[in-house]
Amino acid sequence: MGELAARFRSAYGASAGHLLLLTGSFALVGWVVLRLAGEPSAGRMLLWFVGAAIAHDFVLFPVYGLADRVLRDAPGARATPPSGPTPLNHLRAPALASGLLFLVYLPGILQLGRPTYLAASGQDQRPFLGRWLLATAALFVASGVGYAVRWWWARRR
Amino acid sequence: MSAERTPPAGDPPAESGRTPLDRPAYGFPRRWWTFLAEHPPPGAATVNRRWRSPLRGPWLTSVYGLVLLVGLPLVFLTGLLDYLAYGPQFGQAFPRDVGWLRLPPFDWPTRPSWLFRLTQGLHVGLGITLVPIVLAKLWSVLPKLFDWPPARSVAQVLERLSLLLLVGGILFEIVTGLLDIQYAYLFGFDFYTAHYFGAWVFVAALVVHVSLRLGRMRTALRARSLARELATPRADTRPEPPDPDKLVAARPGPATMSRRGALALVGGLSLLLAALTVGQHFDGPWRRTALLLPRGRQPGTGPTGFPINRTAAAAGVSAADTGPGWRLTLRSGGRTVTVDRPGLLAMAQHTVTLPIACVEGWSTVQTWTGVRLRDLAARAGADGITAAHVRSLEKAGLFRQATLQANQVLDADSLLALRVNGIDLTLDHGFPARVIVPALPGVHCTKWVTEIEFRGRAGG
Repeated sequence: MGELAARFRSAYGASAGHLLLLTGSFALVGWVVLRLAGEPSAGRMLLWFVGAAIAHDFVLFPVYGLADRVLRDAPGARATPPSGPTPLNHLRAPALASGLLFLVYLPGILQLGRPTYLAASGQDQRPFLGRWLLATAALFVASGVGYAVRWWWARRR
Repeated sequence: MSAERTPPAGDPPAESGRTPLDRPAYGFPRRWWTFLAEHPPPGAATVNRRWRSPLRGPWLTSVYGLVLLVGLPLVFLTGLLDYLAYGPQFGQAFPRDVGWLRLPPFDWPTRPSWLFRLTQGLHVGLGITLVPIVLAKLWSVLPKLFDWPPARSVAQVLERLSLLLLVGGILFEIVTGLLDIQYAYLFGFDFYTAHYFGAWVFVAALVVHVSLRLGRMRTALRARSLARELATPRADTRPEPPDPDKLVAARPGPATMSRRGALALVGGLSLLLAALTVGQHFDGPWRRTALLLPRGRQPGTGPTGFPINRTAAAAGVSAADTGPGWRLTLRSGGRTVTVDRPGLLAMAQHTVTLPIACVEGWSTVQTWTGVRLRDLAARAGADGITAAHVRSLEKAGLFRQATLQANQVLDADSLLALRVNGIDLTLDHGFPARVIVPALPGVHCTKWVTEIEFRGRAGG
C-alpha cells in the first residue's frame, strides 16, 4: 500500500489527496460551466473571466511596474538617503492611490453606462472626473506635507 | 542608524545551509518534463533575473493571504445571504436556478431591521476594501507566472489550472461587482448570473488553494515576527531567505521601501477605499464622503432629498397614472377590494423609522408613514396569510413586482407608506404608495403600488 502510494506520488507529482481535491474542485466548476453553457452570453462570460486575468497580468502589472521604474529613475526621486523618508515613496503612495481610485471608480470618472445611471439615480456622472482630480491633488499635497514633516523630524533628531 | 552595514548585495544569496529541497520532483513521463525544463523560451532566464524587489517572499505573501483568508469568505457569505434576502422560494432571486449552490433556505427575517443593510453593506464595502489587498497579493506572487518550467508533473499542471480559476475568479468578481454598483453594464451578460456563479468558481479554486497552501502560510508567518518587521526601517530591510516556491527574487536589489512601509501602503489604500465607500450609508452631510460613488450625492434637499434606485421616468410612471384616478386593488381569494388614496389615509396610520438598503451597497434611514400591510390584509378579508404579491404601476423592469413572505406582511413595521418624513411621497419615491418592510432589499420595497394579492393557506 505504502509502495503504491509512493509510486502514485512519483508519477503524478503529488499525493492522491491532491488529485481528489482538484478533481472535486473541477467537478464543481464543470457543473457551473454546463449550467452556463446554455446562456447566449456564455462566450462573453468566459472572455471576461480569462480576460480579467490576462488584463491584470499582462497589462495592468506591466503598466504599473513600468511607471514605478520610470519614477525610480526620475532625477528627483533617485536620491535615496540611507535612512529616513525618501521622496520616491512619497511620490509612489499618492500615485498608486490615485491610480487605484481611477480603476475602482472608473465608470463614474469616464461616464460609462450613462443611461442606466440616469434611470437609477436621476443624476448624471459629470462631477466624478473633477472629484477624482481633486482627490489626486489632495493625495499628492498630503503626501508632500507628510514628507516635509518627516524630513524636518529626521533632521531635528 | 547603521548606514555602514554591508549593503544587501545584488548577488544571489549564498547557497549555504539547506537549499530548497522540497521543490516538487518531475512526474511521469519524466523525460518530457525534463525536456520542457531544459528548453525554456528565449528570455525566460532574463525575465526571472529582472524580479528585483527584496520584499517579495513567503512572509509578505502570507500576510496578504491571511487578510484575504479572513475577508473573502465573509464577502462570499454575505453575498449568499443577500441571495436569500431576495426570496428564492418565490423565484425572485437571480439567477433563479442555482441547484445546490446556495445556502440552506430560510425565511429572511424582518429583525433586526438593519439586517440587509448590514449584509449588503459588508458585501460591497468589504469587497471594495479588499481590492488593494488582492492586487498586492497578486503582485507578490506574479514572478511565479513566468517560472520555467511551468510545471514538472500532471499535479502541477492541474494546480496551475486551478490558479487560473482562482485569479480569474477573484478579478472577475471584482470587475463585475464594481461595474454593477456603478451601473456600467459594459460586459453584455446578465450580472446576477455571472457574479453568482463566478463566486462559486472562485470559491472552488480557493478551497483548493487554501488546502494546499495553508501549511506554507503558517510556516511563513511563524518564520518572521510581525512586531520585528514593524520595527524594521527601510535601511535594515533585507530579503527573506530563499524559499522552495521561489517567491524571493534570485537577485534582489536594495530595498526602496521597508516591509512595514509596504504593509502600511497597502493597508492605507484599503482604508482610503473604505473611507470613500462607507459614506453611502450615512444621511446628511457625511454621505458626501462617498466622493466617487453614485450614492455619495443627495439628489435633492428637504424631506425627500434622499437617494432612489429608479426614477419614475425610467419606470414609465407618470403623474397621470398616479392622479385622483389611482386605486389600490387588494385581492384575497375571490374577493377584490379597491381603495383610493383618501381611503388609505383614513385608515389607521403608523409611523416607523426604517433603513432602506440597496443591492449596490448603499442605504438610507427615513421615517415612513402609512398603513400596516396586515391591516390591508384584514381589509381584504385575508386570513392565514402565507405570502403577498405586490404589483407596481411600472410596466417593464425586473422589479415591478415582488412577493413578500408571511413574516414580512405581518410585521408591525411593514407598511404601505403614503408619506415620508412628514410629507407626501414624491413621484420618484413611489407616490401614491410604496411598500416599506424591515430588512427587505430596497428593490422589493415596491414603488407605485397598484395591487396587493394576499395568499392564504386555505386558498384565501
